[in-house]
Amino acid sequence: MPTVGVFYQKYGILFILVLEIIFFAIAHENFLTSTNLLSVGRQISFIGIASIGMTMVMITGGIDISVGSMLALAGVVSAKLLVDGGVPLPLAIILTLLVGTFFGLINGVTSEIMHVPPLISTLAMQTILKGIAFLITNALPVKGVSDSFKYLGQGYLWGWIPVPFLTMLLLFVVGWWFLEKSYFGRRIYVVGGNKEAARLSGIDTKKVIISTYALCGFFAALAGILMAGRLGSGQPSIGTNFPMDVLTATVLGGISVNGGKGSIVNVFFGAFIMGILSNGMIMLGLNEYWQWLVKGFVLLFAVSMSNLKSK
Amino acid sequence: MAVAHSQIVVDIKGLTKSFGGIIALHNADIDFRKGEVHALAGENGAGKSTLCKMLSGAIIPDSGTIRINGIPHTRLTPKEAKLAGVGMIYQEFNLVPDMPVYENIFIGKEIRKGITVDTKEMILQTEELFERMEVKIDPKAYICNLSVAYCQLIEIAKALKEHVEVLIMDEPTAPLTNQEVDVLFKLVNNLKEHGITIIYISHRMEEITNLSDRVTIMRDGAVISTLKTSDTTQHEIISRMVGRELGMNFPLKKQVLGKKEKVLSVRNIKNSMLQDVSFDLYRGEILGLAGLVGSGRTETLRAIFGADKMTSGDVLLHGDNKVTIKTPKDAIKKGIGLIPEDRKRQGVHLSQSIKNNMTLIKIKDLSIFATISKKEEQKLIDRYVDILSIKLASPHFPASSLSGGNQQKVVLAKWLAMQPDIIFFDEPTRGIDVAAKSEIYELMDTLRNDGKAIIMVSSEMPEIIGMCDRILVMYEGRITGELTHEEATQPRIMELASGIV
Repeated sequence: MPTVGVFYQKYGILFILVLEIIFFAIAHENFLTSTNLLSVGRQISFIGIASIGMTMVMITGGIDISVGSMLALAGVVSAKLLVDGGVPLPLAIILTLLVGTFFGLINGVTSEIMHVPPLISTLAMQTILKGIAFLITNALPVKGVSDSFKYLGQGYLWGWIPVPFLTMLLLFVVGWWFLEKSYFGRRIYVVGGNKEAARLSGIDTKKVIISTYALCGFFAALAGILMAGRLGSGQPSIGTNFPMDVLTATVLGGISVNGGKGSIVNVFFGAFIMGILSNGMIMLGLNEYWQWLVKGFVLLFAVSMSNLKSK
Repeated sequence: MAVAHSQIVVDIKGLTKSFGGIIALHNADIDFRKGEVHALAGENGAGKSTLCKMLSGAIIPDSGTIRINGIPHTRLTPKEAKLAGVGMIYQEFNLVPDMPVYENIFIGKEIRKGITVDTKEMILQTEELFERMEVKIDPKAYICNLSVAYCQLIEIAKALKEHVEVLIMDEPTAPLTNQEVDVLFKLVNNLKEHGITIIYISHRMEEITNLSDRVTIMRDGAVISTLKTSDTTQHEIISRMVGRELGMNFPLKKQVLGKKEKVLSVRNIKNSMLQDVSFDLYRGEILGLAGLVGSGRTETLRAIFGADKMTSGDVLLHGDNKVTIKTPKDAIKKGIGLIPEDRKRQGVHLSQSIKNNMTLIKIKDLSIFATISKKEEQKLIDRYVDILSIKLASPHFPASSLSGGNQQKVVLAKWLAMQPDIIFFDEPTRGIDVAAKSEIYELMDTLRNDGKAIIMVSSEMPEIIGMCDRILVMYEGRITGELTHEEATQPRIMELASGIV
């Protein structure tokens, strides 16, 4: 048993990804084309970007279910700022990111200072943010965004690489450096690995944990802006399945639900696995409902495998 | 052993601390010298940990002074204590299991180049640290893969990394095997040679006499005496540790006439905490289980009761009937009851009503077709409130409304309701006032006279000597001796409990 777990932790993700690609490549001729794969890249970039923030929260042993509604809210806020507010694009982006960070901070405060279990506090936030999104849009999509905004979600850089995908890649590099190389990242792991030891060594555990939630809000908001660009409008109703997808990608990537463990590199592959799964299933003609079924099993599988390693 | 230098590093005068009316330490005068290993000996509750926690800044004294290198401190904080050169190694390790050794050494004090962590430098410094300590540990090994002994060495390394002049070790050898103890001893001597003072709390007489230069004996919150270890013997240390009067009045024992009937026999019980436990229990007796914390007394009761797993061993009831007890449910069916040590967590449901607590086990018998009969419930409650003199306002009030003594009685009532033949009491009077204590003693005496068989685990010497017909003493998972009521003296029990057979 231990050997299986160790193998999984190190290579499991890559192994599964390769298997998946081979499977779908055989199943459908159009799967293994660069167009398709890059398209997958674009599709997963929103989940991928949000999973960077989720990874940090989960390493400390927390969770953030509000990323779904944040996705929607960031989209409508940025769109509204552009369309109704006439705000220039860079400023709209910055303001939206601030909004995301702000609500992330609140998540951190409710769980660390008011001691509400994060599962509950972020679940509540998911509903709150959804309410806000619907209220400020009157439940209608915010249309009429500029082309440059749409470019963020739909465009290609240098003619071939989708902008959101490139953004995701860059952010993963930044996230990797932050978690693995910076002292702050080390502290995130320490707090997740043994909170008491961290506290006794003089680390401000509250500050560390609240920061991870703020960052999670930031990344979710960023994903939301790009998503709105892709959709060409701010949609208040999206994001219901998003937390589930982000969580699955993160756990598939080896981040332990209990905290303290996991590498962000594998989360990148985890997001890919989810993306290829969806893409492949669509190519095979399976509708959305089948995807739900399969994704649910994938989450169960991912968590059980990660528990195996801990045993 | 090196001769202790005469330079005093820590000078404590008149140190006093009480917690809510209970005096933990009273007027302690003690000094610690450079480069000496100074042992602190005393029973649980003697004040050793309290003293050390005040030195390390974890607790603030009520009065008294602590002088470190001549500088007086009245309200040391943990940070100040560390700056002054005091380091403490606790028994619970503060390590992150999924990170390598070098990261753990530098938790919160990472070596950085700007914002980036300088891994290379941390590994280098960790290697140097281990070289200085003369221990072999791979800095890149993960904590979760290392044994307890190594974790402890790493904790010591953490303390040494700060400039440390005085190192306090609280029962450092408790989790170690014999070979690992040797490694620790080597380290202690190494530290001595570097001029570091070591305050060594231990229950193990062997260690105290082998390792320490001086030993201070504490008892009931007071410093009794400080002796040069070479001038004293283990016997003398022990007798000073326990030299107190028996104050309590215990019920007079009725002579057990006639042939004694064997009610319970255990043979060769073994599990992770017990080495090889065998004994017999007779009807109408109170058998005491004495020993120090961690000696295996509670574990013995739990193993027989089915609360813990037994790797091997047999339990026989009423002569030669071998029984298999895998869960407490089995034990209860066989007529065994266990009144647990940790009343608040294992005995009573504080938020539940007194009524529900008392009727918990018997509940099935009080029901007709799964409906609980209120009449039967009330009968039971009345009966035991009467027998046990439980003082309560109403059985519907939550158990948390009762005093400690009455809570314990509720736990007792719960168990007595199913009328067991064999009852295990684990620290039955811990945290209970004197009046309630004697009521519980009376009760135990009544049970004994009724023909029940009782095993009592207690850390209070007077109690165990006063109440028990026979006493088994345990040390490190095995029974080191058996004493009759006449043979039982505090020093003798302490000797057996310290492994001196």
